[in-house]
Amino acid sequence: MSDNTITLPDRMLTFGLGGEFFAIDAQCVREILEVPPITRVPGAPAFADGLVNVRGAIVPLADLAVVFGMALTAHAEDTRVIVIEAEIEGEPTTIGILADKVLDVATMDGVPIDAPPPVGMKWRPEFIRGIAHHAGRFIILPDLARIFTDCVDQIHRNGAALLPS
Amino acid sequence: MTASILTVDDSPSLRMAVRIALTGAGYTVTEAGDGAEGLAKASAQRFDLIITDLNMPRMDGLTMIRELRTKPTMAGVPIVFLTTESEDGLKAQAKAAGATGWLVKPFNSDQLVKIARKVLGR
Amino acid sequence: MSDNDPVAAFRIEAGELLESVERALLDLTEDAGNRALIDEVFRGLHTLKGSGSMFGFDALAGFTHHCETAFDRVRKGQAAASRGLIDVVLSALDYMQSLLDAGSDADAALVAAGDGILAALASAVSDAPAAAAPTPAVAKGWQVRFRLPPEAMVTGSNPLGLLDELRDLGDCTVTCRFEDVPALADLDPTECHAVWEVTLAGDISREDIEDVFVFVIDDMELEITSLAPEPSAGVAETAAAPTEAPRAAARQTAPAQESVRVQAERLDELMNRVGELVIAQSRLELIAAAGTIDAMTLRAVSEDIQRLSAELRDTSMALRMMPVSNLFGRFRRLIHDLAHETGKTIELVTEGEATEVDKTVIERLADPMIHVIRNSCDHGLEPADERAPAGKPAAGRIVLSARQAGGEVLIAIQDDGRGINRARVRAKAEAQGLIAPGATIGDGELLQMIFAPGFSTAAAITNLSGRGVGMDVVKRSIEALRGTIEIESIEGTGTTITLHLPLTLAIIECMLVRVGEGRYAIPLSAVEECLELPAAEVAGTSRRNFLDVRGDLVPYLRLRDSFASDHPADLYQKVVIVGQGRGRVGLVVDQIIGNTQTVIKSLSRFHGGVGAFSGATILGDGNVALILDVAALIGGAQKAQRARSERPAETAGEAA
Repeated sequence: MSDNTITLPDRMLTFGLGGEFFAIDAQCVREILEVPPITRVPGAPAFADGLVNVRGAIVPLADLAVVFGMALTAHAEDTRVIVIEAEIEGEPTTIGILADKVLDVATMDGVPIDAPPPVGMKWRPEFIRGIAHHAGRFIILPDLARIFTDCVDQIHRNGAALLPS
Repeated sequence: MTASILTVDDSPSLRMAVRIALTGAGYTVTEAGDGAEGLAKASAQRFDLIITDLNMPRMDGLTMIRELRTKPTMAGVPIVFLTTESEDGLKAQAKAAGATGWLVKPFNSDQLVKIARKVLGR
Repeated sequence: MSDNDPVAAFRIEAGELLESVERALLDLTEDAGNRALIDEVFRGLHTLKGSGSMFGFDALAGFTHHCETAFDRVRKGQAAASRGLIDVVLSALDYMQSLLDAGSDADAALVAAGDGILAALASAVSDAPAAAAPTPAVAKGWQVRFRLPPEAMVTGSNPLGLLDELRDLGDCTVTCRFEDVPALADLDPTECHAVWEVTLAGDISREDIEDVFVFVIDDMELEITSLAPEPSAGVAETAAAPTEAPRAAARQTAPAQESVRVQAERLDELMNRVGELVIAQSRLELIAAAGTIDAMTLRAVSEDIQRLSAELRDTSMALRMMPVSNLFGRFRRLIHDLAHETGKTIELVTEGEATEVDKTVIERLADPMIHVIRNSCDHGLEPADERAPAGKPAAGRIVLSARQAGGEVLIAIQDDGRGINRARVRAKAEAQGLIAPGATIGDGELLQMIFAPGFSTAAAITNLSGRGVGMDVVKRSIEALRGTIEIESIEGTGTTITLHLPLTLAIIECMLVRVGEGRYAIPLSAVEECLELPAAEVAGTSRRNFLDVRGDLVPYLRLRDSFASDHPADLYQKVVIVGQGRGRVGLVVDQIIGNTQTVIKSLSRFHGGVGAFSGATILGDGNVALILDVAALIGGAQKAQRARSERPAETAGEAA
């Protein structure tokens, strides 16, 4: 059943991760880089335990694969970091997300979109805005704002994770 | 008889402003563009009051005042110099050179006329 | 661009002038007779008036003119700089700022609003006799005796003219004394030896008389004696400050200024560095143009450029740093107004005003701090009648302090008021459903409830604060600056609110270390010494990790364990002993790399909460190194120690 109440932004960036396909609003993509050296942040939760240097700015690395509970794959030649700007708790924040392969930027106008099924899905439905059918694939439309806000909440709740005991 | 005033300043606009204010108050005004011209004019003609800037080319105000005071015909003639608030040390120097009083820049026409009246007594 | 816009430049200068006049006025409240301050206020008003009219701010110039005239009476000793008068002038300054902001758009209503202030001003200066001022009151008459220098007439001074001017002041009786005039044979008629005695009757001030002699006063003998006795000191108080005078909120400086005031020497440094960089660059050009590359020369130039870029980085970062004195200064006016509104006497003390913070941080701190200060003044400080029985001085005390500690700036607002009433907070928290009734909760956690939205324990919602929208907004503002906020409070003694702000653009010297595969930076200011970890400890897995450092027991942390590093350990482990205040801890690392200067970057919201790190930095090779939060590590170690010592004794298996 198609749900046409989801309006998509004009241009969407599609990428592959953990065997699935995702698409996000191309407007919020700042740049796409080859994976720079990643500095691990001890004590940070697994879904965001890395930092990278993007031309002098320190950008946290969020791994959607962890968020969606996928198997983690090693970084390969095509792996990229997509640097996006998302709003977290009302504040614009720069975040990098890993992608196994960046596919394209295209318009998804008129593409049929399903609401995420309430059950039977391995992912939390509130993290997904919908699932699109396009060019023969199922493309997951993640709700990035929601995901990151949830991540940050978790971090706040756990408090100072890393102090000697 | 109207009092005659000599204004010495290298700024034409300032000379004009002084002239307009003082003639409006009933004085006669003659102009000079620097210390040398001022000295020449004051030697050739008797003025009741000389108003001069200190910072001028060719001959500065202090030199002109000193030269003027060597002339017996200048005895008793008030000389008022123009100064800025920060130039306190200059006041003593000018007085030592023979100046009578001063007027602080920037001044308006009322202040100018008031000083003229004060030193002229009319 | 304000570069070529004189009106914009005037606006900024006028704003600053208003600030300095305000400062002088506030100082006058404590030292009403201070001539230097009175002159400063007068000069400021005078300049504002003059330049105002030059740049087309006619309403401002007109209004300021009246203020200047009124304040001139204070300058002449005809009115005292009473509290009431100062308050009116302060509100006049606020009005002037609004005229300045309105510029040519000042409408009739705004201009008319000034009349009320002028009326209040007029009554404030006319009722006030000069009881406090050092200049004498207006007397009924004077006796003037003067002698001009002998050459006075030659240089154009006319004693007859001076006498005429005295006659213009009031009724005169003039007597000339000829005792010192030489005999005719020796007399030089151009010299003046006469002495005049003039009796002046009338409502004249000493200054008016001195004005007559303005051109000759330095070289002459002048005696001015009052004829009437001084009026009695029991003069009526000035009219109370008109309560209708609009009380402005603490005046904000011009919002969103495009320009920054920068210390000239920092600019000079910047220019020097740029000059050197140009030289290094041309040397590099030569190397590139040469047929073969001389490695040594290249390395030398490379080192130079490295040094220069680091210095350039430092210097340009420093350009944006401003001392907090700017900020603290604004609060003087706030506290002055608050004291007035609450009817309390409040003393403001500031410490560490030279501490520097980035310009944007300062601007965004103003509002949260205003709110905290208002809270302290309104709710924290008790009224005088409650303070006395508590053994406190009548004046409430607010202390604003700023200091740098590691990678943070700590700004504290301390009051010596009643402290936070735990019972009331508890009750309110339960009422709001934040705590279950009867649930146990630590004191620190309880105090943090104050930051919950809509929380306010004020019994009555006053005009100042207590509408319950305050502290949560303050917390969010500070967090938006990537900072944290701490409360300490002792009931009956007072409350201290400390803002911890990261120095986002700060450069620190730090020691780089390696733990496993990662590199970390330790602020050099915290490093006390480095040792090798004794062989005995290396193998140890004892739960009590202590080092004996010249007789002191220093706890240590194996960072490899803390950071869960599975990289093979180095054979010889090093210990970096860091200290802060009275706490110390040893940090065991794989390798000490060396010292370096780095720019501190704050961590994003993802990582800001991770306890051990206060920031991150980018190393020369482009990699990111995390900066260790020494205070947190020490605090954690101390807490762990306390917890351990509270536990039941370990079994004998844990040998020392």
